Amino acid sequence: MNTIFFLCGMTAILSVVVITLYMVLSGLPAIREIGLADFLFGKVWKSTAKDPQFGILPFILTSLYGTGGAILLGVPVGLLTAVFLSKVAPRRVANVVRPAVELLAGIPSVVYGLIGMIVLVPAVAKTFRLANGTSLFAAILVLAIMILPSIISVSETALNAVPPEYEEASLALGATKIETIFKVSIPAARSGIAAGVVLGVGRAIGEAMAVMMVAGNVANMPELFKSVTFLTTAVSKEMSYASGLQRQALFSIALVLFLFIMVINVILGCILKKKGGDK
Amino acid sequence: MMANYERDETGKIVIPPLSKGRRAYDLLIKGFLYLAALITCALLVGLIGYIFYRGLPNITWELVSTAPSALKDTIGILPNLLNTLYIILISLLIVLPLGIGAAVYLTEYATNRRLVWLIEFTTETLTGIPSIIYGLVGMLFFVQFCNLQTSILAGALTLVVMILPTIVRTTQESLKTVPESYREGALGLGATKWYMIRTIILPSSIDGIVTGCILAVGRIVGESAALLFTAGIGSIIAKNIFAAMSRSGGTLSVMLYVYAFERGEFGVAFAIAAILMILVLCINFAAKLVNRKLKNKF
Amino acid sequence: MDIITTNNLELWYGSFQALKGIDMKIPEHQITAFIGPSGCGKSTFLKTLNRMNDLVPGVKITGEILYHGQDIYAPEVDVTWLRKRVGMVFQKPNPFPMSIYDNIAYGPRLHGTHSKAELNDLVEQSLRGAALWDEVKDRLKKSALGLSGGQQQRMCIARALSVQPDVLLMDEPTSALDPISTMKIEELMSDLKQQYTVVIVTHNMQQAARISDRTAFFLLGEMVEFDETERMFSMPSDKRTEDYITGRFG
Repeated sequence: MNTIFFLCGMTAILSVVVITLYMVLSGLPAIREIGLADFLFGKVWKSTAKDPQFGILPFILTSLYGTGGAILLGVPVGLLTAVFLSKVAPRRVANVVRPAVELLAGIPSVVYGLIGMIVLVPAVAKTFRLANGTSLFAAILVLAIMILPSIISVSETALNAVPPEYEEASLALGATKIETIFKVSIPAARSGIAAGVVLGVGRAIGEAMAVMMVAGNVANMPELFKSVTFLTTAVSKEMSYASGLQRQALFSIALVLFLFIMVINVILGCILKKKGGDK
Repeated sequence: MMANYERDETGKIVIPPLSKGRRAYDLLIKGFLYLAALITCALLVGLIGYIFYRGLPNITWELVSTAPSALKDTIGILPNLLNTLYIILISLLIVLPLGIGAAVYLTEYATNRRLVWLIEFTTETLTGIPSIIYGLVGMLFFVQFCNLQTSILAGALTLVVMILPTIVRTTQESLKTVPESYREGALGLGATKWYMIRTIILPSSIDGIVTGCILAVGRIVGESAALLFTAGIGSIIAKNIFAAMSRSGGTLSVMLYVYAFERGEFGVAFAIAAILMILVLCINFAAKLVNRKLKNKF
Repeated sequence: MDIITTNNLELWYGSFQALKGIDMKIPEHQITAFIGPSGCGKSTFLKTLNRMNDLVPGVKITGEILYHGQDIYAPEVDVTWLRKRVGMVFQKPNPFPMSIYDNIAYGPRLHGTHSKAELNDLVEQSLRGAALWDEVKDRLKKSALGLSGGQQQRMCIARALSVQPDVLLMDEPTSALDPISTMKIEELMSDLKQQYTVVIVTHNMQQAARISDRTAFFLLGEMVEFDETERMFSMPSDKRTEDYITGRFG
């Protein structure tokens, strides 16, 4: 029996090893052929041209800007909602808002993509007088909404864990409730909030389908109102028909994405570890 | 130290009100807090409302009870409903023993702390990997290397790896709540460890396992990127689950993407979206119920 | 002169009456101690004096609390002002997870002091006031959580002093501390009463006898007796007080 349980325990380790191996082994050949610098810093992606070019800088930058934009919009709303839920909301209101947040987390990404396509993209086009609303901006909006639930729930947990003694001390010094929240509670919960933000970054950078449906998927250098391609969508857009070096290059893009995610995981791990160390 | 107070004619001190600046700060921030919560709720209500508004009228009996037919030029999603069901069943069937086993190993057997750390670390890592990566590796490993072809089985196996962390974590959490005295009691009576786990530990952590299953079903139902290149977009009704396993089969979420983005069939896409939302609502509700039961138990 | 006067103060938590008709006059520049068995209402009473009980859901208060003759539950009273004037030190040392300097400067900054020089002065003054300056002056920028329990509690006293209150409420301030730290804080309190009015809740009768000028004995939400400490401990006028201080219950 021992051995069987041991083997079950090994599944996770094995999976990570296999995933890493496959990502690295399938990602390296194209990089070797194209050249690391040309691949990472090339500004032109023309995978199906006669003389193909495989520069993924546009994808990298788009993913970074897109994620940054989503964080910029999502974190304030998410953090404030978390504060509302944790400290301000009357119990009955919180009991309505909290399940709403959970539900938001459960909505499949293709549904976000669909709404983005049908509602958001035309609205963006109309508001900013664009010929076509599929753009980095539309993708940022969708991503911002999609990362809200993780930011809210992680931050709320962190805020709830702030010892009430801190807040009492602040109130007893003549701080108002709001001052107490923003000068004591939030700073005290900062590592938990940071973890929520990093989690959101991971979500945003790894999202494929919803982004695919609203970003337009042209390999432009990122501009707010231009059609753009993310790392994730660069892979999924061409995978179904790619072959040869083009296909290998797609795996290299995935490798880059994978490395991003691993870095984010390590950062998250460090934050959580440090948080554990505080106590 | 005796401060100088302003006093009124009766000799009572006059208490100054909160300064204008601080009062404004308070009000402003409070406004922002309510606004943020309102935005969050409005988003949800708007999303669900719009999906149902556009989707529900498109859900017809024909749509949910037939397969798509090129001859008659009709679209039906029955095969996709079944595919979703098959993938859920197969994934759970495989992931449950694996995940519960891993959780039992971690809480009951493992003695090497570094190994425990490594397992927990890799489990966390799996949680952070985006589904598109699962899709790619699933394609390379299950579809090509294991030669399963683009099939429901390949898709289900890919999802097994993806939802493994969920099952491990929820099971582990409920195993931790089983009191140490139960274990000691059983072992003290001369039971073997395996017997103790089977009769005492697992039954008392069943709620956690169920919660894990519900969460996993939620993820499977909503998953698209990991399945697109592993289970594909097949829409044929198989004779039974075994026949279906080796064939390409698109789940509801995958087909929503295909119908909306590749074929421009928005009516069908919204119908699927509405069905997905109903499923998500049910899953959330079920998770709540189990959770409440779990809380009552302890 | 009396700095705080309560008239027929009653307090309910929901349907439970925690304080019953309390009339008390707290004299300025003295140490007033509240004693009594746990659950007798002494801490609750203390917390009504700077309205910290406002935070408890379902609390209802009737009667009057006059601070310098002004009813502190009157609608026009700004509670942040009141709490600035009537400071509080808690049972468990509760420094913010920030540097010592930022802990002390927290209150002044809140109330509008931002000049670096003024803040430096206030921090030094407050820490000196709490007899902590010499021990921490070289590590003001270090985290307050690195201080010992006794130092933390004195830092909390310094923090309360930083907003220049005239009353200090102390809720069993030494119950979490070792005897030596306790002694230091008791000595400090005697110094503090030169400048401040101190009200302390303690479950330690010896402590009340050692440091306070007046003592109030609480039982089941009632104030049984309130008198000069010496008289109360030598010839209590109420049988219940006598039973308590001679250790027959509690």
